[in-house]
Amino acid sequence: MYVAVKGGERAIDAAHAWLAEERRGDLAIAELSIAQIREQLALAVNRVMAEGSLYDPDLAALAIKQARGDLIEAVFLIRAYRTTLPRFTASTPVDTASMTVDRRVSATFKDLPGGQILGPTFDYTHRLLDFALMAEGEAPAAPRSPAIGEAVPHVTELLDQDGLIEAEPFSDLTPRDLTREPLELPADRALRLQALARADEGFTLALAYSTQRGYGRTHAFVGELRIGRVAVEVELPELGFAVEIGEIELTECESVNQFKGSKIEPPQFTRGYGLVLGQSERKSISMSLVDRALRWKELGEDNIGAPAQDEEFVLSHCDNIQATGFLEHIKLPHYVDFQAELELVRRLRAEAIAAQKPEDAA
Amino acid sequence: MSQMQNSPDTVALADPAQAARQEWMAVLAKASPARLAELLPKLPAHELLRAPEIGAVMVRGRVGGTGAPFNLGEMTVTRCSVKLAAGSVGHAFVQGRDKSHALRAALLDAMLQATGAAALEAEVLAPLRQEAKARRDLRAEKAAATRVEFFTLMRGEDK
Repeated sequence: MYVAVKGGERAIDAAHAWLAEERRGDLAIAELSIAQIREQLALAVNRVMAEGSLYDPDLAALAIKQARGDLIEAVFLIRAYRTTLPRFTASTPVDTASMTVDRRVSATFKDLPGGQILGPTFDYTHRLLDFALMAEGEAPAAPRSPAIGEAVPHVTELLDQDGLIEAEPFSDLTPRDLTREPLELPADRALRLQALARADEGFTLALAYSTQRGYGRTHAFVGELRIGRVAVEVELPELGFAVEIGEIELTECESVNQFKGSKIEPPQFTRGYGLVLGQSERKSISMSLVDRALRWKELGEDNIGAPAQDEEFVLSHCDNIQATGFLEHIKLPHYVDFQAELELVRRLRAEAIAAQKPEDAA
Repeated sequence: MSQMQNSPDTVALADPAQAARQEWMAVLAKASPARLAELLPKLPAHELLRAPEIGAVMVRGRVGGTGAPFNLGEMTVTRCSVKLAAGSVGHAFVQGRDKSHALRAALLDAMLQATGAAALEAEVLAPLRQEAKARRDLRAEKAAATRVEFFTLMRGEDK
């Protein structure tokens, strides 16, 4: 028998009111503004945009404030919001080769066209807490040098010219969209990349790390990592041509991987690809390693049973909203389910005890 | 297709009026809403063909940067279409959720197509272009300062 239970409403209202009060914290401390979060916690904002799969820094900052800094809760808020938006259209694919780069480094070539540009990086910092940030100080200023406006071609393009890396077949096929149709396996590479682009950073990092430690090793080099802005363009049917509608920041990683060749391919390098909304280099490097590991079948490699090679495992578990939704729902009332379990265990115990008694007597 | 269509040469050859319109629509879309409101404080009489509407665009990338398209994630956008009293029609499709931004961009798109747009060109587009360039240059100069200039250390035995 299913019994609906009421009576939690007043408690829920009080809990939410207390949540709002706790969110605000000590009233003697100035309240955070959305603009402060957007400007000063930019990497948290970027992570929420990437995993929320919606580029809007103000909304991501609002979500972080509302979620009290719980980034997965903030991603949840963004995902919920984006379902309310009408989808007008899809952009023409962004051209990352013409990205205005803030950062561009290659671990494979020292000297390359466009140069190594470090950008505003944590690399080479000593990871010592900077107590100066606890005090109000003068605004820091970055040095400037004349910009020469040199083109910054993709590193893989250089390898491609010599035929040393697998070709990336061009097409204009409309990709499958996992926000519009349920995920069906096997997934093609485009669908895998969509899933990975919005995947949880921690999960993607752990999988990528597992490939480095030997669970589906692909010997990845970071051929190139770039962070910067690209123009987004859409075709407007009422005009009959494409227009730029804005600019977004992206992080792109192209990994270059060893490949000893197969029955049909000569020895050459192969590719892994990572592209993430916002500035998120850990995520984009991880994504490119996981992308490469998932490609074992099309490259004729062995499946050694590593988690990162298992498309169903990776794609079914990489989404932190699906994961946390299913995980956290078990804390909600399951009184009826549990009552049934309780009845069952009591009956089994009674039967087991009853069955034991004749043996004791014998 | 889009790459062909939007390379500056082919566009200029195809239709200079279209190329000019694409350029100003891009400038208006990328302007900050507050700055646009400063530059166009008064709105001309108009009819809303499509009131400002907030929605999303699915941004696509290409596998490996150059291969097949894939869905990267969405971005918020606002679109609007207007008709001026004189009959000219303007469209806007701009990043973000600012309805006044989309409305002003659509109005300016219509006004710039009408004759006598030289004043608007100087008063609105020129400062927006200049400010966008200044922002871009500033970041490019900061990036240039972080460019690594490698040099090879002379080794002892090479003397």
